[in-house]
Amino acid sequence: MALRKFLGGIVLLAAAGAGAFYFITAPQRLPAQTWASAGEPDLANGERIFNAGGCASCHAAPGATDADRLVLAGGLALKSPFGTFHAPNISPDETAGIGGWTLAEFGDAMKRGTGRRGEHLYPAFPYASYARMTVKDIGDLYGYLKTLPKSASVPPGHDLPFPFNIRLLLGGWKFLYLNEAPRVTLADAGETVKHGQYLVEGPGHCGECHTPRDVLGGLKTDEWLAGGPNPEGEGRIPDITPVEGKFGDWSAGDIAGYLETGFTPDFDSVGGAMVAVQKNMARLPKEDREAIAAYLKAVPAR
Amino acid sequence: MKFRTLAVAAALAVIGAGVVAAADEPQVVRQGMMKKMGGAAGALAGIAKGEKPYDAEIVKASLSTMVEVAKTFPDQFPAGSETGHETEASPKIWEAMDDFKAHAAKLGADAEAALADLPADQAAVGAALKTIGADCGSCHEVYRIKK
Repeated sequence: MALRKFLGGIVLLAAAGAGAFYFITAPQRLPAQTWASAGEPDLANGERIFNAGGCASCHAAPGATDADRLVLAGGLALKSPFGTFHAPNISPDETAGIGGWTLAEFGDAMKRGTGRRGEHLYPAFPYASYARMTVKDIGDLYGYLKTLPKSASVPPGHDLPFPFNIRLLLGGWKFLYLNEAPRVTLADAGETVKHGQYLVEGPGHCGECHTPRDVLGGLKTDEWLAGGPNPEGEGRIPDITPVEGKFGDWSAGDIAGYLETGFTPDFDSVGGAMVAVQKNMARLPKEDREAIAAYLKAVPAR
Repeated sequence: MKFRTLAVAAALAVIGAGVVAAADEPQVVRQGMMKKMGGAAGALAGIAKGEKPYDAEIVKASLSTMVEVAKTFPDQFPAGSETGHETEASPKIWEAMDDFKAHAAKLGADAEAALADLPADQAAVGAALKTIGADCGSCHEVYRIKK
């Protein structure tokens, strides 16, 4: 009799726990009035954010040339330890893309990883970084995306084994890893460094490759930008903190120059996944590359 | 001769021979070729950035180096040289050797074209370097693995 009560108590507790989990980790939406302050989209800024954010690098069709990178048809396969993701169509097509989305729906995806139907999105889409973007930048970006060519392409869905195919569990991941806190605290940061911090930690989402991850796929933020195994497969992603004798030997000018030209200080050339990133960085205004460089000279060496 | 002296001399000879032998290994040769490529790019970049004065001889020599390297570089990837000597060559090279050779050929062609119509000032050198730099990146994007 006591055992029955005990077991019954456990079941009740488990149910209460599951209910609490479901409630606490439910997909979030920002308050509707958040987006009112976005104002009329500044398309030039939107294009700049598009390049800083690297949207085309994942959402353009696989094998797209530089000329076709603006057709965000999706389909690129992103292999991970959790399975293979396929980037969705985010062209302004009303049926196959996001043409029918409101700014609020787009913004909730970018900052909270919440999809249009209220579902959790997978953090292979780096909303854990984009969460730090301003309302204005997201509004401008969305305005710019709407000017791009439509695509009717319907890419495949994600190919994820159990339990990673259960979107509900992403609520737990977000509970642990989704926040808008700065990745590093920089004492006496000037305007240029702060601007670089915004670009790197927000739209640039550099840490998503350059920071090692733990077993749940969350970033190890105490090793911010310290590099690690390539999440897309072979080789290593470099440490880009100012370690003496290594990346610390690059001047801010060297870093900004590399982002612009793809040449390292001893004229080795950019390679691997960084090539697409560097091409986007080259499209940014000079001040943005200089700000990124200033931030990379200021972060703690790991 | 004392045995100890002989032993040390023999060890040094073996190490020395190893170094010399390694110098012929394709992995080492091709790494040297890429360093030469970097040196040539650096010389052009110095002019393009205005750090060094424009010098037609240097431009010619740098572009010629690039043409030479591009011609013989793909020959340094025989079967059996996929690993060893800290090579950063991706296995994809041997899976798509034709495409790999095409990348080298494009670099050679772009450097030849610049040689034929020699960039005459700082701006022209910059433009040529941009084209060539894109060739460097497009090959490294697929065929080089950062270790």
